Amino acid sequence: MTKIIEPSKQSSIFRRPSSETGIWSWITTVDHKRIGIMYGYAAFFFLLIGGLEALILRIQLSQPDNNFLTAAEYNAMFTMHGTTMIFLAIMPISAAFFNYLLPLQIGARDVAFPRLNALSFWIFIFGGAFLYSTFIFGTAGAPEGGYLAEEVGWLGSAPNGGWFGYQPNAGMKYSPGTAMDYWAIGLQILGIASLISAFNFITTIINMRTEGMRFMRMPVFTWMTFAVSFLLAFSLPIIAIALFYVTFDRKFGTTFFLTEGGGDPILWQHLFWLFGHPEVYILILPAFGIVSEVLPTFSRKPLFGYAAIVFAGFGIAFIGFGVWAHHMFASAISPVAQAGFGLSTMVIAVPTGVKIFNWLGTIWGGKLKLNTPMLFSLGFIGMFVIGGLSGVTHSIVPADTQQTDTYYVVAHFHYVLFGGALFGIFSGLYYWFPKVWGKMYNESLGKIHFWLMMIGFNLTFGPMHWLGLQGQVRRTWVYAEETNLQFWNIIVTVGAFIIALSIIVFMINWIFSKRNGEKAPFDPWDARTLEWAIPSPTPVWNFSTAPIVKSLDDFWHTKYSEDEEGRAVRREEADQILLELEEDGLNPSEHIALPNPSYFPIVLASGLPFLGYAVIYKSIPLALIGTVLLLIGGFGWGTEPLEEEIHIDSDE
Amino acid sequence: MITLYTISTLSLIVVDNINMLVKNIFKLKNLRFLALVFLSACIENAPLDSLSPEGPYARSIDELFWLTFWIAVVIFLIVQGALLLSVFVFKEKPDSPEPKQIHGNTKLEILWTVIPVIILAVIAVPTVRTIFDLANEPKDALKIEVIGHQWWFEYKYPDYDITTANVLVIPADRPVRLEMWSNDVLHNYWVPKLNGKRYLVPGQTTYLNLHADSPDEFWAQCGEYCGLSHSKMRGRVLSLSENDFEAWVKNQQQNANKLEGNSLAAEGQQVYLNAGCTQCHVIDGVWDVQGDRIAPNLTHFANRNVFAGAALYNNRENLSKWLANPAEIKPGTFMPNLELTEAEINALIAYLGTLK
Repeated sequence: MTKIIEPSKQSSIFRRPSSETGIWSWITTVDHKRIGIMYGYAAFFFLLIGGLEALILRIQLSQPDNNFLTAAEYNAMFTMHGTTMIFLAIMPISAAFFNYLLPLQIGARDVAFPRLNALSFWIFIFGGAFLYSTFIFGTAGAPEGGYLAEEVGWLGSAPNGGWFGYQPNAGMKYSPGTAMDYWAIGLQILGIASLISAFNFITTIINMRTEGMRFMRMPVFTWMTFAVSFLLAFSLPIIAIALFYVTFDRKFGTTFFLTEGGGDPILWQHLFWLFGHPEVYILILPAFGIVSEVLPTFSRKPLFGYAAIVFAGFGIAFIGFGVWAHHMFASAISPVAQAGFGLSTMVIAVPTGVKIFNWLGTIWGGKLKLNTPMLFSLGFIGMFVIGGLSGVTHSIVPADTQQTDTYYVVAHFHYVLFGGALFGIFSGLYYWFPKVWGKMYNESLGKIHFWLMMIGFNLTFGPMHWLGLQGQVRRTWVYAEETNLQFWNIIVTVGAFIIALSIIVFMINWIFSKRNGEKAPFDPWDARTLEWAIPSPTPVWNFSTAPIVKSLDDFWHTKYSEDEEGRAVRREEADQILLELEEDGLNPSEHIALPNPSYFPIVLASGLPFLGYAVIYKSIPLALIGTVLLLIGGFGWGTEPLEEEIHIDSDE
Repeated sequence: MITLYTISTLSLIVVDNINMLVKNIFKLKNLRFLALVFLSACIENAPLDSLSPEGPYARSIDELFWLTFWIAVVIFLIVQGALLLSVFVFKEKPDSPEPKQIHGNTKLEILWTVIPVIILAVIAVPTVRTIFDLANEPKDALKIEVIGHQWWFEYKYPDYDITTANVLVIPADRPVRLEMWSNDVLHNYWVPKLNGKRYLVPGQTTYLNLHADSPDEFWAQCGEYCGLSHSKMRGRVLSLSENDFEAWVKNQQQNANKLEGNSLAAEGQQVYLNAGCTQCHVIDGVWDVQGDRIAPNLTHFANRNVFAGAALYNNRENLSKWLANPAEIKPGTFMPNLELTEAEINALIAYLGTLK
């Protein structure tokens, strides 16, 4: 087999990028797999930063009346921890999975718009860098007229109004300086990235499915990608508008949320949570998808109630738009609204319960292979159930007025987003490790990672339940010794460091296995979905011939039939089929045209932070630089054909 | 409408029975151990404990919480039990056969959709009832206005023409209706042993009922993140017997006496009048602030056991720390460091001690 890649001479007004390896090949790539890998690494980097911020918070809280951090630093740290974990870690790590797997699972060569995909990634990178540049350029201080005993310092010069940015506290009068502007505009930029990929994935799923891949034959992970993309498409515009309002309030003297100008601070809460609650499902549904792939594979059984799981996912996504005010039960809303949103919140427990029971139905009667991805998926069910049940206690409005704004809520959503989303993500990282790198991870280290994380996680977030119920309030820099909360706070801090240790084990495993791991066999898990019907690591062209799908879990059915009892029986020809698939997968017989790499996504994306700085510093020159970069990117992009010249041929 | 009524009545019966059941379980000796394990995690003497209600409002919330909690415990045990059982029973063994390829079971799936719906309906009825009960204005309640400031709570008693701060004094065994708003950002008023939380919003009035069973002292805390010193925006609620409350009201209605002569306290009064305190702090009978009253009224300062947003106990040591540099204790505070000398601070402390 040979690969011929001819750099084109002068395809548009600029020269085409031509590197195949090295840093430029990554910067200009439009390959969904490479973009997925970059998304993954970048998101993991931010996960580490967010984790570091969490450890700093926990050191401060390990003692009552501690002064490890100043109030300004503490507030900046919890704001950045939340913002980072949600927008820069969990969301993009889900995007990494979507990017890498979605085309593979539906039998496509790439997403519908490969260059938009690259654009989305680079906007995410520039948005994250922009947000974090606040530590260098940002300023924060006491509210207008207030006094500080010491300088804020660089650690405190980050956004400090909370990831939820409640107004008017996050407004200019009470949060002076530029830090909160970095937050508002940073999220705005990140939102653009997510919107772009949402539309890209929706289009891909609707249009790029291979022959026979009907909707009801799609893997559940693809279904959840579909649901999440719709959630993004409908919820992000709301926060975009709200963030524009905030930016205008802060920079240009409008009063959308300021009482003195006739505005309403509660309006911000409605807008924020109308986005913010669907956002929760944006974070958790990908993990639902991953778990729904891992459990059947390692139980050697089909997913129990496939249709129910799919519809439950969409049910959750849909109802998710009707529960936002449950974040505001103690806020200025009427008892009628409290009752309505309390009931709608209870309703959402029903489809969630359906999913859990169907997962249990999947493993029941199976032949469970308890390797690392499976352990994380099982752990996911166990931990998510706890988060789900504490969630139901929030829908009991009167009880919620005791729980809200306490560590009970912190415990709840970490059980959902860490015990849920992140456990699912780790399950997926181990499950698809052989797919991406063509090597096997180290099973023992994987199990050590799982158990350390399981113990650390429960030590960290379990005690927060009763800490909250017994009076520890969220976002508090210090707590009084007389509150008697010290003992469990020490346990929580110890737990947090155990989590950190488990992450180190994970990183060692990843780095070591990627270099020296055993070569992964073809179809290492005896899996069910299309991405395993091609060689690992995935060839650049994904599928050498477009697969034809005849049923749900088509790949499994090419390997297995059922006997009279309904038990799986491996077909005699299965091994032969796998050999042929591997052989074919590596040697495409037809000419394959792939989209060319392009400079323009990164050029276009690089304009956005300049526009952001221009708004913060009201600078015309910066605005001009940003606009010029956008124009160059857009013009070059528009005049450059998507694919040409580069093709991969079989033997010449 | 009739069906709705029937369902709700039935649910109430079910709820009452579950409550009975839960209480009986607690009484069973062999299960006490389980309850002990649960409760051993709980902290003794936590002044902000929402699980030890001391008034009817908090108690009705508490009952609702425990009802939900025990239902959740049952579901938790079922689901985790099923999970662990599956793992142990169906773990891959060398001789395990290939599993049956079961794609689903409509009856089961309907069952585990319907059962949660029924459980939630059972919880929903008392929830909605309690929501409206808590929101109702109680009869012959004492009206008190609560005004949130960065970072302290101000209290006004319109019936008695009293303004105070940090310590809310209420009559025991009589409902109190709080009318609340904020002077700056959002705050969230929380006395866990008496009721749930309610926001204080600029430009809007919100309401919260409190009712304490007996004379006692309770802790309050701002729940909503409200800026730099959010963690130090605390409070106390003092419930007094009828006689004590009346005496307290009488005392609060007195103005402070202007001090004459050469005592240390009189010197302190001079410091108060001249050092800049009068920009913000009112002492009725001594000085009235022109313009916005952005700081606590000090007329009966010595009567309160805490100050600085209830972050500090009212004693000599704390006062001298506070007066030396307020921002050291409450970052972001609007009280400037007046660069007072030690002598001035001592005099001020002596003066503040006379404001009973």
